[in-house]
Amino acid sequence: MLNITEKILARASGKNQVSPGDVVFVNVDKVMVHDVSGPGVLAVFEKLRKKGMIIDKVWNPDKVWVAEDHFVPAADKISAQNIVLLTNFTKQFGIKKHFKYGMGQYGICHTLSHEEAMVLPGEVYVGGDSHTNTTGALGAFAAGLGHTDVAYVLLNGKIWFKVPETLFFKLNGKLPDHVMAKDLILKIIGDIGTDGAAYKTMQFGGTGISEMSVESRLTLTNMTTEAGAKSGIVEPDQKIRDYLAGRGVTKYDEVHGDSDAQYEKIYEYEGSEMEPIVAKPFSPENTVVARDLSSVELDKAYIGSCTGAKLEDLEAAAKILKGRTVKIRTEILPAAMSIFRKAMDGGLLKIFMDAGVVVGPPTCGACCGAHMGVLAKDEICISTTNRNFPGRMGHIESQTYLASPLVAAASAVTGKITDPRDLK
Amino acid sequence: MKGSVIKYERDNIDTDVILPGPYLKIHDYAELATHAMEGLDKDFHKRVKPGDFIVAGKNFGCGSSREHAPIALSYSGIKAVLALSFARIFYRNAVDGAFLLPIEIDESAYKDISDSDSLEVDISANEIKNLTKNKVYKMKPFPELIGKIIAAGGLFNYKP
Repeated sequence: MLNITEKILARASGKNQVSPGDVVFVNVDKVMVHDVSGPGVLAVFEKLRKKGMIIDKVWNPDKVWVAEDHFVPAADKISAQNIVLLTNFTKQFGIKKHFKYGMGQYGICHTLSHEEAMVLPGEVYVGGDSHTNTTGALGAFAAGLGHTDVAYVLLNGKIWFKVPETLFFKLNGKLPDHVMAKDLILKIIGDIGTDGAAYKTMQFGGTGISEMSVESRLTLTNMTTEAGAKSGIVEPDQKIRDYLAGRGVTKYDEVHGDSDAQYEKIYEYEGSEMEPIVAKPFSPENTVVARDLSSVELDKAYIGSCTGAKLEDLEAAAKILKGRTVKIRTEILPAAMSIFRKAMDGGLLKIFMDAGVVVGPPTCGACCGAHMGVLAKDEICISTTNRNFPGRMGHIESQTYLASPLVAAASAVTGKITDPRDLK
Repeated sequence: MKGSVIKYERDNIDTDVILPGPYLKIHDYAELATHAMEGLDKDFHKRVKPGDFIVAGKNFGCGSSREHAPIALSYSGIKAVLALSFARIFYRNAVDGAFLLPIEIDESAYKDISDSDSLEVDISANEIKNLTKNKVYKMKPFPELIGKIIAAGGLFNYKP
């Protein structure tokens, strides 16, 4: 009667059974740090050294991987120095999987986690970033942690978790052509609120999820963070096996929930009833149908981030932008170099450039308002990213509307928030 | 613990306003403190005194996993945040890093406590005394493991 999350946590804690509310120390299979959490972890190490602890190795360097994503290309001297810190760290501790900016494959950590098959079904994966939940779409338990907890994992190979209650979201039937996974997850967050899944797991299933691509599922799990969830998960199936096989990985130990698995609550959505959804400033729960916002004039469209710049997201944008030109400042930043390359090989970059779009390198920069195109006072942006808190993408008095790549691209063409069905 | 209250009567105070994104590259704790709450209250760092408490609504600390958020509050002098509820990563960062105490209070205490009130928090008795209003509120007791990690002084000092 255990669901997939309970089974993974039971196995990782050496128990036959766990129940929601139990506190367990689990063995971790993979841990990730990036150029923000990495230096943060090193600051924790320094603090511990000052107290007399000797730290000269991590528990298992082969289970640690490192991304450079938030402040690349180096935004300033401090960010450049943080990359040096990260490089010295991986050298010193013998960590081989370090995806370096400017040296082949690199990108946003949550995109590399699946593009490079860094995490596998049945594993416990933790990362120093809140959107670590993303990777649960592969059938892993994936949760974000802070610096101290990641430092603890790096030294001990385990960490505590309270076994979460699971909310099950069942999608009946396929989404219509003009609707993307982003619309569904915004709809769900609008329904349950930004703390609607606090401390819980959001599991997705049903015929609509079985039919959904792996990349779309990743959009759902990515934004479980915005409902306060500890993790998001989808049971692995043939699509996941094919996806991983395409990346050269066939050996892993899948976990599936029992047929009589228990869930705290089951929510049902009819695929055919879904519509393009937009979250207004200043919260992802502030959702309305895109058509209700057709009078909102925009300054910028942003198609980027771990949420909205996977290959499928770029293909959706290209479908809209082909043969059209943008009316507002528009940026498209593929989430990893492997996706950038596929976009080039597939002719997408030409479509974007012909439309007048700036195409840029993978980075978290603008999504978190740090660099690479932040918003000015009073500017209004439509974005395929995941958060629209005050000041999230720039000036505290700028505004961000969250939307799917189809809606963002259609809006780029008209300069106003636009349902892709209404584009002439 | 005794201190005075800085109250923000709102829900969902997110990590982007507690410590905005552009400062994520900073890992000097004292410098981070100068930017605490900058996205919500520009005057916070001028006003906050060592030992102060923040009082806020539900889902405090939602959003990113940045430990910079509890660090910035802690190095500003905040000893505890008293809120209706907390987002999970902020909560465990505060406890595991021993930066501050995340204390859950109920709706009546939240409504009753005013900005600048003097409070005395006693976690062994699960009590909050409002010295200004001469009242006593119950706090939600810490779960067993959390209590042990707090008593040990953070996760690294805790022996499972």
